[in-house]
Amino acid sequence: MSAPLSADLAQIGKSVVIKGELSGSEDLYVDGQVEGSIALKNHLLTVGPNGQVKASVEAKGLVVQGKLEGNVLASDRVELRKSAVVTGDIATQRISIEEGAYLKGKVDIQGKADKAAGK
Amino acid sequence: MASVTQNFMKLFRGSSGGAQAETPQPAQKLARRSSGLGELLRLWDSETPLCVLDLGSTSPANIRFFTERGHKIYSEDLLVASTEPHLVTKDELGNLVLDSRKFLAENLQYPAAHFDVVLCWNLPDYLDESLVRPVMGRLWSVLKPGGMLLAFFHTKDAGPDSPCYRFHIVEKDVLEMQRIVLRREARRGPTGAIHTAIGDGFRLQRVFNNRHIETLFRDFASIKFFLARDNVREVLVVR
Repeated sequence: MSAPLSADLAQIGKSVVIKGELSGSEDLYVDGQVEGSIALKNHLLTVGPNGQVKASVEAKGLVVQGKLEGNVLASDRVELRKSAVVTGDIATQRISIEEGAYLKGKVDIQGKADKAAGK
Repeated sequence: MASVTQNFMKLFRGSSGGAQAETPQPAQKLARRSSGLGELLRLWDSETPLCVLDLGSTSPANIRFFTERGHKIYSEDLLVASTEPHLVTKDELGNLVLDSRKFLAENLQYPAAHFDVVLCWNLPDYLDESLVRPVMGRLWSVLKPGGMLLAFFHTKDAGPDSPCYRFHIVEKDVLEMQRIVLRREARRGPTGAIHTAIGDGFRLQRVFNNRHIETLFRDFASIKFFLARDNVREVLVVR
């Protein structure tokens, strides 16, 4: 599967290994290995089918097709595709999980909690 | 109790008789009413967000069911986790067993008294013998006092090839059962040595009788049995 092409999409190919803090102000497609932390506050992170991410993630949206180990804070939505293997807690407003995806961790829908609190 | 259970398991594994459970195709889903789940019904409407631990295969339906109601759901597939090859070790008699300490160091890592509800489903029937009691002990400790655990146990009429299902909550007291098809990674586990996994699913390890179940949950405050029509007893225990 090839990465979607876009002028505003940064890509990390499957032979690339990155260790450290990764931040940016554009969408990011990771098909390689990232270890550390990823902060894309108003943008979308996609972990491709070959992607192996060991990092805490903060983004607007997250799509996982590969492996992700770390806690996730997504202000808008999270999508776990059928090949996703995720270990970590997920806090977001909306989540969709395809049949076959694997999740070990907590799902916390924050919008609902806000409603329950009367906000 | 362990030796009694082990002897029973030997008999059980050696038997070829017994009623064969209906074996659906992997994609097929069967609906069943769950009295145990129905007993939990009043909890789901709680204004206070609950912490629910689902120990079955990751179920989008279950995650949706609880998050729509404002609850927090934790998903952890212990059966798949038990197939990790590095867990295999030998006991003092040289028998291959799973290392329960290592297993608990890597799984069920939660603060004490954290969960309101644990959905155990059919885990005790399919989990390797060396893990059953340690896992139940850990589940007791992570449940809040007054918290509830729901587990399903086959009756003696179930055959050793009874398929292992994953459970999706579709209504407050209705489950959809879907036969588990292991991911390729999971099949690389210690299947030959400890018979945890076979072919495209997990193998029934034992059948608990009521006394065994009561012993298994002896640290809990109360236990309630519901006999279903499909060779399954539903058990609801309260810490």
